[in-house]
Amino acid sequence: MNNSITQYFRKEMFPHIWCPGCGIGIILGAILRAIHSLGWEKDDIAMVSGIGCSSRITGYVDFNTMNTTHGRALPFATGIKMANPSLKVITVMGDGDCAAIGGNHFIHSARRNIDITAIIINNMIYGMTGGQYSPLTPTGKFGSTAPYGNIDQTFDLAALAASAGASYVSRSTIFDVNQATRFIKKALLKKGFSVVEIISDCPISFGRINQLRTPVQMLEWIKNITVPKKVWDKLSEEEKEGKFPTGEFLDIDIPEYTERYQETCNRIQ
Amino acid sequence: MDKNKSVKVLQGNEACVEGALLAGVRFFAGYPITPASEIAEGMAVRLPKLGGVFMQMEDEIASMAAVIGASIAGSKSMTASSGPGICLKQENIGFAAITEVPCVIVNSQRGGPSTGLPTKPSQGDVMQARWGTHGDHPMIALAPSDVNEVLHITIKAINFSEKYRTPVMLLLDEVISHMREKVNIPTREEIEIIDRKKPTVDKDNFLPFKADEDLVPPMANFGSGYRYHLTGLVHNEKGYPTSNNKEVDQLIRRLTNKVELNKKDIIIEEEYLLDDARVAIVAYGSVARAAERTVKLAREKGIKVGLLKLVTLWPFSDETINRLAGQVDLIIVPELNLGQMAREVQRAAEGKCRVIPYGRVDGELINPVEILSKIEEESK
Amino acid sequence: MDKKNNIKVYKNEKTTITVNENWCKSCGICIHFCPKKVLVSNEKGFPEAKNIDDCIHCNLCELRCPDFAINVKKNEIAVEHSVNQKGLED
Repeated sequence: MNNSITQYFRKEMFPHIWCPGCGIGIILGAILRAIHSLGWEKDDIAMVSGIGCSSRITGYVDFNTMNTTHGRALPFATGIKMANPSLKVITVMGDGDCAAIGGNHFIHSARRNIDITAIIINNMIYGMTGGQYSPLTPTGKFGSTAPYGNIDQTFDLAALAASAGASYVSRSTIFDVNQATRFIKKALLKKGFSVVEIISDCPISFGRINQLRTPVQMLEWIKNITVPKKVWDKLSEEEKEGKFPTGEFLDIDIPEYTERYQETCNRIQ
Repeated sequence: MDKNKSVKVLQGNEACVEGALLAGVRFFAGYPITPASEIAEGMAVRLPKLGGVFMQMEDEIASMAAVIGASIAGSKSMTASSGPGICLKQENIGFAAITEVPCVIVNSQRGGPSTGLPTKPSQGDVMQARWGTHGDHPMIALAPSDVNEVLHITIKAINFSEKYRTPVMLLLDEVISHMREKVNIPTREEIEIIDRKKPTVDKDNFLPFKADEDLVPPMANFGSGYRYHLTGLVHNEKGYPTSNNKEVDQLIRRLTNKVELNKKDIIIEEEYLLDDARVAIVAYGSVARAAERTVKLAREKGIKVGLLKLVTLWPFSDETINRLAGQVDLIIVPELNLGQMAREVQRAAEGKCRVIPYGRVDGELINPVEILSKIEEESK
Repeated sequence: MDKKNNIKVYKNEKTTITVNENWCKSCGICIHFCPKKVLVSNEKGFPEAKNIDDCIHCNLCELRCPDFAINVKKNEIAVEHSVNQKGLED
C-alpha cells in the first residue's frame, strides 16, 4: 500500500472502527498526507482528541497520542504545548465536541493564539451516540433529538474562530480532499492558533434521517451545499440559504502565546 | 542558626506554593476561587522566574485538563481550587486516574453544597475527595493541620503522585489556607524528592501500561521518543482500548491495588498520648489542632484522652483504627461535617468500641472545650 | 483465512491499482466519483479496476477512500516514458 501514509499507522489497529463511507478516514488521510509533505518526525508530533467518532483518530496514528474527555482536547493540548513548546500539537475534534461541550475552550484557545492546529471534523451530528443534533446541524435538518426539524440557528464555527483571535481559519470538505490537505498543511505551518473545519459525512446518523442514505449521496450533497468563498461573497442572502462558504477566511501573523510567555519569562528572570 | 535555613511567617496557601516549588512543580493551571486563589497568585509570581508555567485557564475543567497535559509532557503539575471548582474538575481527575498521570489537586475546603458558605472553613469534601469521580479508582488524599505541615505535606503529595502515577488530593480548609504561622523552609537538600520512573526498555519493546512489581508502570513523557497512546477508555498494556473481560478486570484492580497495597508507605498518622488512653479522638486538618489541646485539657482534669491525627485520609487507616478500637472505650470523631469520616472510623472499629461523631457545619471551627464537653457527656 | 489473497492487484503497462479487501467497506465512493469510470463493483461489492486503461492517475479514489483500501500507482516504466516525452516536447 501507499507507504507515505501507512508509515504513520499503528497497523495492528486496522481496519478502523468507522462506518462504511465515513469521512473521518478521508480526513485522517488528508492530515497524514499534509504531515508527510512537511517531513515531520513522528516523535515531534502530539495529537490530542476529545470524545466521539472523531476522537478515535488518535488511536490509529503512531505519534504521541491522547484520547481525552469530551470537549477538552484543547486544554489538554494547551498543557502539553506549554510544558514542551517544541512539540507540534494537533487537536482533532468533532462538531459537537468542539462547538458544544468544548466551545469555551475553542474560544479561549483562539484568544490566546496558542500554536496548536485544531482540525474540526464537521459531520453536523452526534454520530457515535446515534444522531442527536449538534450546534453545527443546519436549521431545518433532522436529528434523533430534532425529529421535527432543528430550530437552532446554523452556526459558523470558522467565523467564531476568526473573531476570537486565531491566526489561520479555513473550511474545506471531504469531497475537495486536495484542498483540505492543502489547508491542513498551511494550518500546521502557521505559528499560532490555526483552524481547519472540514465538512464531513455521516451516512448512518445524519444521512438516514435526512434522506441522504448512502455515502455517495452524502458526498454529492456536500458538493452541492458548499461554494468557494469568492462565489459566496457575490451571492444574495437568499442564495446563501442552506449553503456554506469554503476557502481560507483568515491568514495573519500575530504574536503567539508560547512565545509571548517566553518573552515574559526572559524579561523578569 | 544555619544560614541556608529560612524561617518565614506564611499563610497556608503560601506555604503550599513553597512546598510545591521545592518538590519540583513547574506547571500550575488554575481558575480564581476563594479560599484557594492565593495559591494561583503565588504561582503566577514565582513560576515564570523559575522557567515554569503558570496559566489562568478559562474554567476549572480546562485547568485540570491543562495540568494533566503538562504532566504528560514532563512537568510536575498542580492545580488548586475549592468545592465548586473541585466538582467541575472531577471528570478529568478520573481521566488522570485511569491514564495514570501524576498531578496534585489542592482543595481549600469551604462550606457546601453548591456555592455554600463562602468563605468559612469546612471538611465537607472528604468523601468527595475519595469518590468524587465516577467508577472504581485509586485516590490519595492528605490533610495537613498547620501551616508548617502544609509545606511538608505538599511535598509529600507531589512525591506520592509521581511515585504512584496517580492524582493526589491535598485537602486544606479556609482556616489552614489563610492562617499565618511560622514556617521553617527547608533547603532542597533536606527534603526527599521523588520523580516518576522512566522506562528502561528500548522504544520498540515499550508497553506503556505494563506495571512493575510495585504495580506502577514506568512513565514516558511525550516528546521523549517513546510514542504511545493515552486514553480514558479502559485499555490494555499497550494502551489500546479494550473490552476484554480479563484485561478490564486487570486494569481496574491494579489501579486500586497500587495504592491500597502500598498503604504502609502512603499512610501518615500521628499518635499523641494514646498509650494509656481510655478515650481516643480521631481528627484531621484544622480540627486536629483543637483536639490536641482537648487532650491536654482532659488530662488536667484526670480524663485519659489521646489523639490519633490522620494526615493521610485516603487510603484509610483501617488497621490503626481497628487496633485503637480494641484498646479504648470510646472514640470520638470531631469534624467540620456531619460525620463523613466518623462513618469510616465506625466501619474500621468493627464494633470493638463506641464511636461517636461530633460534627459542626455552621462555619465555625470546633474548639477544644466543646470536644472536651462532648467527651465528658459521653463518658458519664 | 489467507488475508494476502484479499489484496487484489490490477495492473497494465501504465498503472497498478491495489485494492485491500481486508480494509475496504464497500462504501462505493471510489467507484462513483472516478472521473474516468475505471472502477466497477465486483460481486462482493469491492471496487474492481475493470477499465484500468482509462486511468489518468488523478488519485481521487485513493484520496477519498475512507478506509485506506485503494492505491493507484503510475508504473515506473510509464513514468520514465512520460518524462522522456515531456523532455522531447520541450
